[in-house]
Amino acid sequence: MSRQAAENIIVIKNLNFYYGQFQALKNINLEIKARRITALIGPSGCGKSTFLRTLNRMNDLIEGARAEGEIWFDGKNIFSPETDLLELRRRVGMVFQRPNPFPLSIADNVTYGLRVHGHFDRLFLEERLYWSLKAVNLWDELKDRLNESALNLTGEQQQRLCIARLLAVQPEVVLMDEPCSALDPVATARIEDLMRELRENYTIIIVTHNMQQAARVSDYTGYFLLGELVEFGDTNQIFTSPRDKRTEDYITGRFG
Amino acid sequence: MSSNGTNKLEKSDRLIKLSLLMIALSAVSVLAIITIFIFEQGLPIMFRYGLKHFLLGQDWYPSEKSFGLLPMIIGSLMVTFGALIIGVPLGLASAIFLTEFSSRRLAGFLKPVIELLAGIPSVVYGFIGLMFLVPFIRERFGGPGLSVLAASVILGIMILPTVISITIDSIRAVPDSYREGSMALGATKWQTVRMVVLPAARSGIIAGIILGMGRAIGETMAVIMVAGNAADIPGSVLAPVRTLTSNIALEMAYASGEHREALFATGVILFIIIMILNTVANMSSAKQRKKGSGR
Ligand SMILES: Nc1ncnc2c1ncn2[C@@H]1O[C@H](COP(=O)(O)OP(=O)(O)OP(=O)(O)O)[C@@H](O)[C@H]1O
Ligand SMILES: [Mg+2]
Repeated sequence: MSRQAAENIIVIKNLNFYYGQFQALKNINLEIKARRITALIGPSGCGKSTFLRTLNRMNDLIEGARAEGEIWFDGKNIFSPETDLLELRRRVGMVFQRPNPFPLSIADNVTYGLRVHGHFDRLFLEERLYWSLKAVNLWDELKDRLNESALNLTGEQQQRLCIARLLAVQPEVVLMDEPCSALDPVATARIEDLMRELRENYTIIIVTHNMQQAARVSDYTGYFLLGELVEFGDTNQIFTSPRDKRTEDYITGRFG
Repeated sequence: MSSNGTNKLEKSDRLIKLSLLMIALSAVSVLAIITIFIFEQGLPIMFRYGLKHFLLGQDWYPSEKSFGLLPMIIGSLMVTFGALIIGVPLGLASAIFLTEFSSRRLAGFLKPVIELLAGIPSVVYGFIGLMFLVPFIRERFGGPGLSVLAASVILGIMILPTVISITIDSIRAVPDSYREGSMALGATKWQTVRMVVLPAARSGIIAGIILGMGRAIGETMAVIMVAGNAADIPGSVLAPVRTLTSNIALEMAYASGEHREALFATGVILFIIIMILNTVANMSSAKQRKKGSGR
């Protein structure tokens, strides 16, 4: 696990989050290590997705939602008014629970983010298309079908494509919200392999309901309960000797 | 569960199925009868004078046995496309604004209001056009005011409710996951709409435009009131124009003999033009769907 002491890439301080009157996150403090996989676990409705979506400010799109506190990324508080939201979302990308490729061709899906950020050079786009599909191990399968609709792909291929679409814009952090929940065990294992490969170059934060998955792929694990971060630490430590009784109950399956 | 009960159920099901079939058949047969009637009344004269006489003839003098419909065919096409040029951009812009950029409260208030516009009788549109639009065009741009332009503007407004409400429905049917995926890549709202939402909603939007087009080409009353109705090929958008529907409505009351038959022939040609436009538009949207909306 310890290649070298990893530096913090994201630091969250006293984060509170509200949907209108309802407080979904309560005073979260957390440091995310660069080029490591951080897993977030916890029962349904405890605020994992909400937390993930504050990191790239996707929650801004929800009417009546409000965040307090600080999230430091690259030396800046992302809640400060100077933040370039579009650039933040490019650097902190997101993979969703259900694969959501656009109803466009495979190639157009991958180059979408680049075109959105003002890149139109054909050669550059083709180069990135190749590189991104290679990175998610789709190139050999799909190189002859680049102009087909992405909606014809299998679930696993679609999810890989969504990851490729993200990598194309060269993010630093990849947020994954239950990326395997719509996939079968074989596809899940392969996506997990992909995550281990990506760990070399990207910081990954993954929300999962699958405890084994968290134990298998992650370096650090955080346990959420009712909007609180109950415990955070080394994945080994969390799964072998949790400090908090509630974490232990959840991990050993004694939780409701 | 007795087999008796299921039997009874099956019986009533079959009864309902049968009566629905009858109703459907009678609705279809009414349509078929109307179609047959129009063709039966209109086709003989078309064969007698030749298709060319009707389609390419430029002179409509029924009393002198001259039944050239070219001015009316061109007229119908001009005002219909004029209506689309005015109504489609406006309608799309309104629908995009209401679905993607306005608050939900404003959209909830405006959508029913817009749909109410569809219920205003066409004679009212024509009257308003005659009172305000026609004098405005005459004074600002010259010409008689009664013109292709006036008819296009009025029709453009009349097709708005159709275009807007169908476009709104098809934009709303686009899954939010597309929008989220796009925004999460750092796209702006407008980029998301232009590059993902509209392409995804395309076949629905085309259907809305087709319906709008059908409304425009079939509209009669409002057009008669503002178009001037001269049976000549319009030299400009400021010139008066007569459409196929106007031709029928204006002369049916007093027509007899071959004149009356020629009006039915007008109906036949209108019918065929609408069929062609519908088929072309349907084919292009069906092709979209088959490609899985991919480009
Ligand atoms: N848009 C919203 N408006 C209001 N409340 C919301 C909204 N989204 C989520 N919530 C509430 O916030 C709480 C946390 O939701 P969140 O989706 O973050 O949970 P989660 O841990 O991701 O759950 P799951 O494991 O089921 O995905 C829940 O009580 C939920 O009902
Ligand atoms: Mg969730």
